[in-house]
Amino acid sequence: MTDWDKKLKLIEKDVYEIAKEGNMQVPLKIFASEKLIEKIKKDDSIQQGINVACLPGIQKQSIMMPDAHQGYGFPVGGVAAFDIETGGISPGGIGFDINCGVRLLTTNLERKDVEPKIKQIMNELFNNIPCGVGGESTLRLTDQELDEVLNTGLDWTLKNGYAQKEDLEKCEENGHMKTADSSKVSQRAKSRGRKQLGTLGAGNHFVEVQIVDEIYDKEIAKIFGITKKDQVVVMIHSGSRGLGHQVCSDYLRAIEDQFSDIVNKLPEKDLAYAPTNSKLAKDYLGAMSSSANFGWCNRQLITFYVRKAFNNTFGDKTKLNLVYDVAHNIAKVEEYKIDNELKKLYVHRKGATRAFGPGHKEIPKIYRDVGQPIILPGSMGTASYVLVGTDKAMNETFSSTPHGAGRLMSRHEANSLFTGEQITKDLEKQKIYIKAASVRGISEEAPNAYKDVDEVVKVADEVGIGKKIVRLRPLGVIKG
Amino acid sequence: MKYKYLPHTSEAKFIAYGKNIDEVFRNSALAMFNILGETTKVKPKKELNIKIKAKSYESLLYDFLDELLFLHDTKRIFVHDVKNIKIKDFELTGTVECDDLKNYELKSELKAITYNGMIIRKTKKGYEATVVVDI
Repeated sequence: MTDWDKKLKLIEKDVYEIAKEGNMQVPLKIFASEKLIEKIKKDDSIQQGINVACLPGIQKQSIMMPDAHQGYGFPVGGVAAFDIETGGISPGGIGFDINCGVRLLTTNLERKDVEPKIKQIMNELFNNIPCGVGGESTLRLTDQELDEVLNTGLDWTLKNGYAQKEDLEKCEENGHMKTADSSKVSQRAKSRGRKQLGTLGAGNHFVEVQIVDEIYDKEIAKIFGITKKDQVVVMIHSGSRGLGHQVCSDYLRAIEDQFSDIVNKLPEKDLAYAPTNSKLAKDYLGAMSSSANFGWCNRQLITFYVRKAFNNTFGDKTKLNLVYDVAHNIAKVEEYKIDNELKKLYVHRKGATRAFGPGHKEIPKIYRDVGQPIILPGSMGTASYVLVGTDKAMNETFSSTPHGAGRLMSRHEANSLFTGEQITKDLEKQKIYIKAASVRGISEEAPNAYKDVDEVVKVADEVGIGKKIVRLRPLGVIKG
Repeated sequence: MKYKYLPHTSEAKFIAYGKNIDEVFRNSALAMFNILGETTKVKPKKELNIKIKAKSYESLLYDFLDELLFLHDTKRIFVHDVKNIKIKDFELTGTVECDDLKNYELKSELKAITYNGMIIRKTKKGYEATVVVDI
């Protein structure tokens, strides 16, 4: 294993750099505390960050977040921006789960209302939301309807009564990427997605009923709809399901076949990219945007089921309002100043969250003065956070901040150390009620298999790439 | 040994063995599905024939595992075994023995096959393949 200590240079508190060398076009910058950098050094993520820095058209720096860990091709917790003229778009730089992301809903309930009925509400949620490997969509979409989902995203959910108008306003891209083109999504991908719209999935995907544990900035929290400690909120973490996974696979293989000259020179095939001016790049953009729209519809349908479950349990006057919905696996065309010149870039965020600072035109009007809300989920049973985007993120990280706790331990290792039963008991001791599609799957998502989310958020906050607003903690978890 | 699992922080990684290339493909399929459940406990009630063509062993393995994942997801089946695998000129034919997914409790789901560190190589005893799948 490489001795990274010789190469890593601490350039300011919690910011490390590996200078440009060899084939690197730009340096690699890692945002991490002393504790987290030790963990990052243990797997292949730094080498993967360096590999990304070697790709053509990359701007300024290859970036790794405090929650970074080894992925395939690009590291998870990685950000890279490529020139729209000379760079590429890379499915592996976005991840298989296109538009994996999170949304947060506030409620007009408090802990004292929900705690006595926690089992009831969690069972109701579990019965309403298809989850786990066997969970199947309750919708039966025609080809035309599925195309409409892919092409128009949340507009489709509004038209069909699954969304409120405000939900669309408070979603990244208003839940509808205009670059979507469903004809670029293969029949294979459509077949995989068709039965999975409105399902949670498995692995680290969850729905949590949480309470506000601490408010760090009352004014901004209030603008986000979070008014007091012990207020009950709901967090949803899911993505574009098999449809997005298949789109990524399809295009990775298509790039390999069409651009074998490029791919054969890469240190790893998963770094494969389509040059941005190629037809394949445009096709992938159409398919990726369609998958993103599918992902937003998926979280919106789950929201619909969550609202139903809360109304069934706590009455019709229960209101669940969307705070924000943000993706953490996606590529976007965004403008940044590079060497004093405004440039259009393909910003790839793979396990990183967009974090626009105050004033950005893409932030919903009601939040524009304070910045974009960032929803940052912890691992199962631990704290989650709401942060707000900053100007510093705009300058330092192409407006990006971490996406969660980040894995520390392989699933295999977690399975050998923990059992689902033990974790369920441990969570019960902390008064956290868990419902899982598979008890066996719980051990893989053991809280100890992840990095410390509090530490990850502390780094983001102190470095200034995401300002801490609210800390949340769970009362109940639905694990897919 | 048919296969063994290797450490990987976020995904599932395995190395599959075989006397010949056909067997290494079969054992890769078994390794992949045993991440989710136990293939030996699956009753071989159904058979599905598959045929895949690619340009190299690596891309053939990718497409083969991708096809199995596609069948698992869309036909809602869980795999017991893949029999009669024959590979010639990077074309694979075989028969998937499987049962309905609903009869089994699986602990996780597979997102996709990756090319991360994928290697197929000849060894003294035959062949081995290293694969990472995204879960």
